[in-house]
Amino acid sequence: MSRLFLFYRSSIGKKVVMAVTGLVLFGFVVVHMAGNLKVYQGAEKINAYGEFLRAMGSPVFSHGQVLWIARIVLLASVALHIMAAVQLILMNRRARPVGYTHQDPIQATYASRTMIWSGPVIALFVIYHLLHFTAGTVHPSFRAGDIYHNVIAGFRVWYVSAFYIVAMVGLGFHLYHGVWSLFQTLGINDVRVDRFFRRLAAVATVAVVAGNISIPVTVLLGLIS
Amino acid sequence: MDVTLHVWRQKSAADRGRFVRYEARNISPDMSFLEMFDVVNEGLIARGEDPIAFDHDCREGICGTCGMVINGVAHGPRRGTTVCQLHLRSFRDGDTITVEPWRARPFPVIKDLVVDRGAFDRIIQAGGFISVPTGSAPDANAIPIPKPDADLAMDAASCIGCGACVAACPNGAAMLFTAAKVSHLGLLPQGQPERRQRVRQMVVAMDREGFGSCTNYAECEAVCPKAISIRFIARMNRDYLKASLME
Ligand code: HEM
Ligand code: FES
Repeated sequence: MSRLFLFYRSSIGKKVVMAVTGLVLFGFVVVHMAGNLKVYQGAEKINAYGEFLRAMGSPVFSHGQVLWIARIVLLASVALHIMAAVQLILMNRRARPVGYTHQDPIQATYASRTMIWSGPVIALFVIYHLLHFTAGTVHPSFRAGDIYHNVIAGFRVWYVSAFYIVAMVGLGFHLYHGVWSLFQTLGINDVRVDRFFRRLAAVATVAVVAGNISIPVTVLLGLIS
Repeated sequence: MDVTLHVWRQKSAADRGRFVRYEARNISPDMSFLEMFDVVNEGLIARGEDPIAFDHDCREGICGTCGMVINGVAHGPRRGTTVCQLHLRSFRDGDTITVEPWRARPFPVIKDLVVDRGAFDRIIQAGGFISVPTGSAPDANAIPIPKPDADLAMDAASCIGCGACVAACPNGAAMLFTAAKVSHLGLLPQGQPERRQRVRQMVVAMDREGFGSCTNYAECEAVCPKAISIRFIARMNRDYLKASLME
C-alpha cells in the first residue's frame, strides 16, 4: 500500500493513473457509442438492450447489480482522473512562474494544448447527460425503461441536441490526444508502433464522435421518430 | 546585415529584470548568434556599460553550456542546432529578435541570460552513473553489445544537458533530459545492476527540483539540439512503472 502511495506521489505515477483511468473511460465511450446505435434498430431492440444491461450477470448477481458495479468503477475512474489532472496542472503551473513574451507551439497538436478545456466540457456534459437520460430530471417527458422514447423526445429540443453535438466535439479532441498519449505514458509506445497508436486515436475518435452525433442529427431531421 | 535585439537584462536573481533594445549593425551573416553578442558586448564595454551575460563554452554544439530562447524558441529557429551553432544567415536583414533566458522555477536566473542549471546536476547525482571499481581500464570491447542497443544508447547519450527541453516545455518538465540519462545507461549491460534503483531515484530527484510533468506535447523533441526522441520518455515511464510496482 505504501508503495502504491509513493508511486502516486511521483509525477509519472499520477500520469499513469490518468492513463489507466483514461483507458477505462475510453473503453466505456466506445462500447457506449456502439450501444447507442441500437436506436436505429427501433424501439424494441434498444429498450431490450437497456434491459440486458440491467440483467447482466444473472443468475449469479441480482438484477442491476453488475450495472451498479460498472457504474462505480466508472465513477471512481472519473474521480481519480480529475484528481490527478488537477494535481498535475497545479504542478505544471508552479514549474513556470515567469512565462515568455510570446511562444508559439512548434509541433504540439491543438488537441494536446486544449486538454484542460476539453476535459471540463466532458465533465459538465456527463452531469447533464446523467440527469437527462438516466435520472430523467431535466427531461421533458421521461419514461423509465422506454429508452427509445426518451432519446427521440430528448433530442427534438434543438438546443439540447446542439449541446450534445458540441460536447461530442470536445470529447473528440480529448480522445484524439488522450488515446495516443496514454500509450506513451504507460511506456507501451515506441517508434515502430507510434503510427499505429496515432491512427487508432484518430479512427476511434471519428467513430465515437460521428456515431454519437448521428443520433441527434437524424432525430432533428425527422429521419427516426 | 542589421538586426534589432530585445534582450532580457537582469542584474541578479533578486532584480526584477526588463527587456532592453540593442541595434546590431554591420553583422556578417556568417557570424554565429553568440559572435553577434560578442560584437554587441564590445560596443557596450567601449561605452562603459555592463555587457550582456550569457553562457557559452565550446561553441561547437557539444558541451551544452549555451542556451537562450530566441523569438520564443529555445536555441532559435534551426532544428537540431545549439545557439552557438546558429548563424545570422538564419535571420533576415532588419529582423527584430527577442532573446530571453530559459524560464523554469528550477532554473533561476543568475544574471541576464544565464540561469542556474544545478537542478540537472542533482538529478544526475541521484543515479545518472554506474558504480564500478576504479583501477586499470577494462578492454573496450570485452562486453559484446548488440548493435541496435548500442545505437539507441548513443542516441540517448547524445544529450548535452543544455536544458532546452525544460525551456520549451509549456509545463517546465525535465522528462526528456531525465529520460535520456536513464535510458542511455539502462540500455547497456554496464547499467543493469542499478537500473531500477537509478530510474526511481532520478525521477524522485526530478520531482523534488520542482519540474513540471509531461503531457506529451513533444515540444522538447522539436527544440532538442540533438533531436532526442520522446520515445525515451515512454521508455523511462516503462522502466519507472516496473521498478516501482514489480519488485
Ligand atoms: C471529466 C473531466 C475530465 C478532465 C478534467 C480531464 C482532463 C484531462 C487532462 C488534463 C489530461 C492530461 C492531458 C495530457 O496528458 O496531455 C487528460 C488525459 C486523458 N483523458 Fe481526460 N479529462 C476528463 C475526462 C475524461 C473522460 C470522460 C475520458 C474518456 C472518455 C478521458 C480520457 C482521457 C485520456 C485517455 C487521457 C490520456 C492520459 C494520458 O495522457 O496518458 N478524460 N484528461
Ligand atoms: S557553447 Fe557548447 S554547446 Fe553551445
